[in-house]
Amino acid sequence: MNTKMVFYITGKIISTVAILMLLPITVSFIYSETTSLLCFSAVAISAFILGGVLSLVCKSGNTNIYAREGFIIVVMAWLSVSVIGALPFVVSREIPSFVDAFFETVSGFTTTGASILDNVELLSKSMLFWRSFTHFIGGMGVLVFVMAIIPSVSDRSIHILRAEMPGPTVDKIVPRAKDTAKILYLIYIGMTLAQIALLYFGGMPLFDSIVHSFGTAGTGGFGIKSTSVAGYSTYSKWVIGIFMVLFGINFNLFYLLLIKRSKSAFKSTELWTYLGIVTISVIAICANIYSVYGNLSATLTDSFFQVSSIISTTGYSTTDFNTWPTLSKTILLILMVIGACGGSTAGGIKVSRIVLSFKILARKIKTLSHPRAVSTVKIDGKNVDEDTISSVCIYTMIYAICVIAIFLLLSFEKTDIETNLSATLACFNNIGPGLGQVGPLSSYSGYSAFSKIVLSFAMLMGRLEIFPIIVFFAPRSWKKGR
Amino acid sequence: MKIIIAGCGKVGDILIKDLTAEGHNVVVIDKDSNVLQSITNIYDVMCVCGSAADYDTLIEADIKTAQIFVAVTGSDELNMLACFIAKKLGIEHTIARIRNPEYNDNGEGYNFIKQQLNLSLAINPERLAAHEIYNILKLPSALNIETFSNGKFEVIEIKLKPDSLLDGTSLSELRKKLPEKFLICVVKRGEETYIPDGNFVLKAGDIIAFTAEPSQVQRLLKKISKLQKQARNVMIMGASKTAYYLAKTLIASGNSVKIIERNKERCLEVSKALPNATVIFGDGSERELLLEEGITSVDAFVSLTGMDEENILVSMFASSQNVPKVISKVNRSGLASMTEKLDLDTIITPKKIISDVIVRYARALQNSAGSKMETLYKIMGGKAEALEFIVEDTFKSVNIPLKDLKLKPNIIISGILRGRKSIIPSGDDVILPNDRVIVIATGQHIDDLSDIIK
Repeated sequence: MNTKMVFYITGKIISTVAILMLLPITVSFIYSETTSLLCFSAVAISAFILGGVLSLVCKSGNTNIYAREGFIIVVMAWLSVSVIGALPFVVSREIPSFVDAFFETVSGFTTTGASILDNVELLSKSMLFWRSFTHFIGGMGVLVFVMAIIPSVSDRSIHILRAEMPGPTVDKIVPRAKDTAKILYLIYIGMTLAQIALLYFGGMPLFDSIVHSFGTAGTGGFGIKSTSVAGYSTYSKWVIGIFMVLFGINFNLFYLLLIKRSKSAFKSTELWTYLGIVTISVIAICANIYSVYGNLSATLTDSFFQVSSIISTTGYSTTDFNTWPTLSKTILLILMVIGACGGSTAGGIKVSRIVLSFKILARKIKTLSHPRAVSTVKIDGKNVDEDTISSVCIYTMIYAICVIAIFLLLSFEKTDIETNLSATLACFNNIGPGLGQVGPLSSYSGYSAFSKIVLSFAMLMGRLEIFPIIVFFAPRSWKKGR
Repeated sequence: MKIIIAGCGKVGDILIKDLTAEGHNVVVIDKDSNVLQSITNIYDVMCVCGSAADYDTLIEADIKTAQIFVAVTGSDELNMLACFIAKKLGIEHTIARIRNPEYNDNGEGYNFIKQQLNLSLAINPERLAAHEIYNILKLPSALNIETFSNGKFEVIEIKLKPDSLLDGTSLSELRKKLPEKFLICVVKRGEETYIPDGNFVLKAGDIIAFTAEPSQVQRLLKKISKLQKQARNVMIMGASKTAYYLAKTLIASGNSVKIIERNKERCLEVSKALPNATVIFGDGSERELLLEEGITSVDAFVSLTGMDEENILVSMFASSQNVPKVISKVNRSGLASMTEKLDLDTIITPKKIISDVIVRYARALQNSAGSKMETLYKIMGGKAEALEFIVEDTFKSVNIPLKDLKLKPNIIISGILRGRKSIIPSGDDVILPNDRVIVIATGQHIDDLSDIIK
């Protein structure tokens, strides 16, 4: 394995995060929060030096990276970024325990939005900003960002892109990986700016608009109020709701729209299935909770907001859905597992994998009754090769195994099964709030340090789609000559 | 520049490698998704799965934003059709590989196809390879010869033998020893390439590239190494397309050619097409057959079967039988680089030749504003480039003695052609408008003649 290259890129990433800390530093300067200013500056400077030294020491002529290096680099990057991102919280004593701060930062970078803070409003503005900014960075991917800005590291950087981007297949939209990363980021930033503008001109304070837009863009869900977005106007709720759905769509489709190939964009099966699931869920929940609300517009707003928040794996809330009837809660749990489209910033299994799984299932049933039948699985009018099919099946299987394992590890806690199951799903699928004691109005502070670490890794696994973490911890990856 | 390459065979593969290294944005089209998968793993390119002549596939490759379309699939007809459709879809430059002798033999028909399909280039790798082999057979002491301006100027690569006059001499001493006008441009020692200065001391085992006035090349070679006569009597193993073109040229210039082929039908075809060649039906990898057919007495042995391994092994056998010149065709570039360590004389990689042609074409398009690039060769196993430019009025540094020109490092002006005269430049020579200038550079990318000046 090319260890030098792994550490070289990790170093670059650490420096990049240090530079990105200039933003919260600016915020602390604006709001004249001296302690945070000092903490952020200290962490940023030491991280910049650490990253610089690391990439300088490990610079080597051999820039070849293969699939394995791609996986390892991604996990190394995410772990180091999470540790460094947690330091400002610890140093400033705003979240004194390192495990708590680590959980919070992992939750931020993986765009989960699960918090251990019972009272968010106590945090300083710059810390709140940093928390939400980690969503923004983590949404499109730390490495994708680094790839977009630093000169081409290696011809084979597709391995990094592939390990970090969610979805069953990763396609480039333009020939160069670097340009692909750039275009994706430009779309991402453009949409975020649009949302900030819409919220700001709709009457939300500028700071709140920026922070909520970051949370939406990364499909993260860190709010700055204990009641999440419940306190804002209906207009703001709809803007956030609609943007959550948009950020759950495959970004390649936006690119196709931009280059005026809308025909192929609107042909996407995944897009229509995704929108279909959203519509049906909203209608079902509306019907289910109408009797509780008795008011159509409030019912519609709340059910649409919750559905778009959960399916896009964001995790904002406008109401305590813990009090909803069982049917609605079950629908939300199912949406947690499904997640949004591949190639978006969302988590979950991804709609494309679900669609494929059903098509594979249909084909299997067909071949059961017609053993000699030759049939292919098609999506968007194209044949899906057997490799992708088997990897979809394997992914779903390993997904189930992980859910069971995490669920089991959490069962040492005193919390009830509903809480543990929803905590597992909410963290593993990068949503944030679950049901029961981890509902939208409560936090994960009740869990022990052990469970918090388990859940942190669950979030990382969910964000990186399991395999990189497994490869990283598999002993054979580190052995020489393999 | 955006370039679309249709077909990921051996040629497509090296094209992708060279064109991405040149900094172009490459989109690859192929029918086989497995091949595309491995291509995306190695190169930074975008892949589209489908037929090269399929409208939808070309649209998906976003053909309208591309400048060059290269069709190098296995089928000539598909290449032509794909180029035709690409042209109709608005792409400006189309390049097709057309290798079948039926389309190539008759110059008139070839030109007709090229014109009617509006092709920018029609490439025949076998013919190019045969031409290159022919050049080497004319001057067997050389490992490789690149010609400029239709043979008016040559860059010759040779390997220094231990008994050579050059072994252990510095270049400035050499000037005193040899009265002939020549210039050693590049030296390759092990993995490193150098542009030598006067103090550079040559050693046995170095590969050097030099230029000399064409009339003095033979005399010079006689002095610096054992001169081998022009090969008159050539044995070719494998009646491939390359072999056919080579034999045809050799026979036309009065040499005797013997072709060994193990396929009976192919033997018949070739003997019909080339009545003056001796065609032997038999297995070229059989020692007895080779000895019986007089491998020990031929001037040159060329192995051109479709199997790289067989070519390499039989060439090694030929070398052991003291055949003066042995040339082997190795198609896979990975294998070609592995054979560097073996003591094989000359290795020809046909697809590399095509890649040079297309890279040159793309570069010439990029610098259409500056001095026109006429020729580009990768020499020294791809470590250095030899380029020919026509000096336009836009070039600022005319009429300045070369010793006063501030050249970038690792660049040498190795020749100037003025009208019919070729000049081996010394410090007092100058570049004039309308000259043709030959530049050799290592480790850099030169698009325009002005790029060589600091």
